[in-house]
Amino acid sequence: MSLLALLGVLSSTIFSGTSLLYATLGEVVTERSGTVNLGLEGVLLISAATGYGVTVSTGNPFLGVLAAMLAGGLSNLVFGYLVITRKANQLASGLAVLFFGYGLSALIGKPFVGKLINSLPRYMIPGPGELPLRYTSLFKFDFLIYLVIPMTFFIWWLLYRTRWGLGLRAVGENAETAYASGRNPGMIKFQALFVGGLLAGLGAAHLSIAFTMNWAEYMTGGRGFIAIALVIFSKWHPIRAIAGVLVFSGAVAFQLLLQVSGVNVSPFLLDMIPFILTLTVLLIWGGTRKHSAPATLGRVYQGTE
Amino acid sequence: MEQSSQQPLVSLRGIMKAFPGVLANNNIDLDIFPGEIHALLGENGAGKSTLMKILYGFYRADDGRIWVDGKETRIKSPADARQLNIGMVFQVLNLIPAMSVLENIALFLKDLPGLYNPAQIRKRIFEQSRLYGLEVNPDDMVAHLSIGVQQKVEILKLLLSDAKILILDEPTRVLAPHEVESLFEVLRKLRQNGYAIILITHKLKEVMECTDRITVLRAGRVAGTILCSEANHEKLVQLMFDKQLTAQIEREDLPRALDPVLELVSFSTHGEGTEVSLKNIALKIFPGEIVGVAGVSGNGQKELCDAILGIEKVAGGRKLLKAQDFTHSTTRKMRDFGLGFVPENPLTMATVPFMSVLENMAVTRTADYSRHGGLTMDWKLVQEDARQSLEKFGFTFSYYLPAKSLSGGNLQRLIIAREMMKDSQLIVASYLTRGLDVQSTLVARQELMRARNEGAGVLLISEDLEELFSLCDRLIVLYEGRIAGEFKPSETDYYQIGYLMTGSQGNHVTTH
Repeated sequence: MSLLALLGVLSSTIFSGTSLLYATLGEVVTERSGTVNLGLEGVLLISAATGYGVTVSTGNPFLGVLAAMLAGGLSNLVFGYLVITRKANQLASGLAVLFFGYGLSALIGKPFVGKLINSLPRYMIPGPGELPLRYTSLFKFDFLIYLVIPMTFFIWWLLYRTRWGLGLRAVGENAETAYASGRNPGMIKFQALFVGGLLAGLGAAHLSIAFTMNWAEYMTGGRGFIAIALVIFSKWHPIRAIAGVLVFSGAVAFQLLLQVSGVNVSPFLLDMIPFILTLTVLLIWGGTRKHSAPATLGRVYQGTE
Repeated sequence: MEQSSQQPLVSLRGIMKAFPGVLANNNIDLDIFPGEIHALLGENGAGKSTLMKILYGFYRADDGRIWVDGKETRIKSPADARQLNIGMVFQVLNLIPAMSVLENIALFLKDLPGLYNPAQIRKRIFEQSRLYGLEVNPDDMVAHLSIGVQQKVEILKLLLSDAKILILDEPTRVLAPHEVESLFEVLRKLRQNGYAIILITHKLKEVMECTDRITVLRAGRVAGTILCSEANHEKLVQLMFDKQLTAQIEREDLPRALDPVLELVSFSTHGEGTEVSLKNIALKIFPGEIVGVAGVSGNGQKELCDAILGIEKVAGGRKLLKAQDFTHSTTRKMRDFGLGFVPENPLTMATVPFMSVLENMAVTRTADYSRHGGLTMDWKLVQEDARQSLEKFGFTFSYYLPAKSLSGGNLQRLIIAREMMKDSQLIVASYLTRGLDVQSTLVARQELMRARNEGAGVLLISEDLEELFSLCDRLIVLYEGRIAGEFKPSETDYYQIGYLMTGSQGNHVTTH
């Protein structure tokens, strides 16, 4: 395998992993407050379509990113209305949001199918400036890629070093304790969902505006669900999510390379590699999972009389 | 008393609170003065916790007025109560196990900045804990702390949150005797420094030991308020029940049976995660005897019960019932043998919360009530059995309420009635009387003794040493999954047991 091929795998890992990491971070934030959003996939689709549409209409990809974030935040607030205000079951509501997202994103995206956009500008990474073009073109990244690792540490800092994060985690562990400490658990859950939605929006924006530069129905291809699995993989910890995303996206890029290089294995089998890997890791983690999950994850907070 | 000349710190007037089917607080008046320890005494369901949760804003009163520091206020949420320097330690400790002591305390700090500095909070914890002898390590995870230490953290949490009015809901429920003593020591120091302390309890001994004034609640009303110096045991019981209790538990002297009903031979389990592993347990329970298990909860009691019941896998050793091997038998087989089981947490471990009381009564022996090969259930028979059993204990329930709507004490009654419905050969009871009031406690103990007198072997797990000493024929102490000592109640005392329970290096005498 040539150096070029390896660098290609690395570059593609970074490109496809970025949206996944943003989405995972978003889900970490919401799950830390005790809410599972199984509809993340739908939220990603709505955001991706909205971001792409706004980019086409305005010609400005940055406005598209902003629009995608807002779309993500708002979609999550709708979900929040169901599970916090109306106290509906989280899993059922999540599935509802998922299918709603399929439909709504197709509707939003339809007029823009096949339209060209100004994608997010890419900047060369500083350092290996003297390499031949076919290498360097692999390492021109947009700002969302440069931002994702700092963002991960920022989210960690937000959750573990600020009053807001302390309250948010407390709600996820025991909403009644958080209430007794003078906080409003419902409000905090809404805030967590909104922040989670903004992050999911960033991920979706990267997918449609920076990476594929395209809108197609169901283009997220299960990323929302992989992100939920990666939250478990990372034990609800933002920084460990980086490792999870690298493993998964690396496997995706690697199997694509295998397919291109003409290995005599069914492509459908190769397609499965990343998912099998994720399943295996989840199986291994499974035994210790309950000791790191937020204690009230998935439960509806009923409030007091 | 000097307090009468002062202005009360808190005044409650005409507090009303109804829950579906119960009037929990009916026109309650209460005054709390600075520098006093005020006991709120009453049996289960008297409305003590409800009243205090209203003062803390956790519940909202249907009617009534509250003055704090002479000003009328409305307390709509705990946030309001905290502004008024009211703090509460709940009956079920409210610490978050997955967080450190420091984070748990920070959560309740009134002036916590958006970006907080852990070093500064650590310093404040050290200062305050030294002042009152409440030593804790701020960086420990709460999950790794014993209940006694958790209680200290709860109190520190209140003090650091600037609470001046401290509400403690049954704080001694889970403490070993010397821990209770040191808790009272702390409370006395706090009283000296002008704190007002409200102590919810139904233990008369504690009330007499460390309070200044006592308000007795009965069925949602104030039955009376008296000074501790003028109170005595009979007076309080009379206020609590409006009648004299006839406390009589009859222990018959039975000849010791030759063969044990339950025998554990070098019995071990493998605990995962936060569970405790049982190590090399050797235990015999003979028919007609009550064997008590003393220990601070979390030292293998739950695992012992679960392993006997057959929920927990046995890693080594053998379990014999009447000399037959039951080591790897299913729970069904154990039940068929005649095992009654009262687990430590009735809501999550013995009932299906959303099923009705009647369904819950039937759920452990569905085979007895199924007809037509399991296609129908004989609900009439269930009702008849339930009625008889509840009558025996003097308990009353509506059969069709969901189990989750019952209070903790009532759930415990339901489980006791169910598990002692049929004659059992072996009864395993965890914290039999936890959360029960004096009257129900008495009945439950009487029934346990009756079962023993009729030849059942009983394993009684408890943290209430008084209960263990008065009921048991033999006592073992469980510490970190091992039997740390075995005694006859007459051969030991509370302090020896208490020290073994907490793993202190005292006189480790084992008498066999």
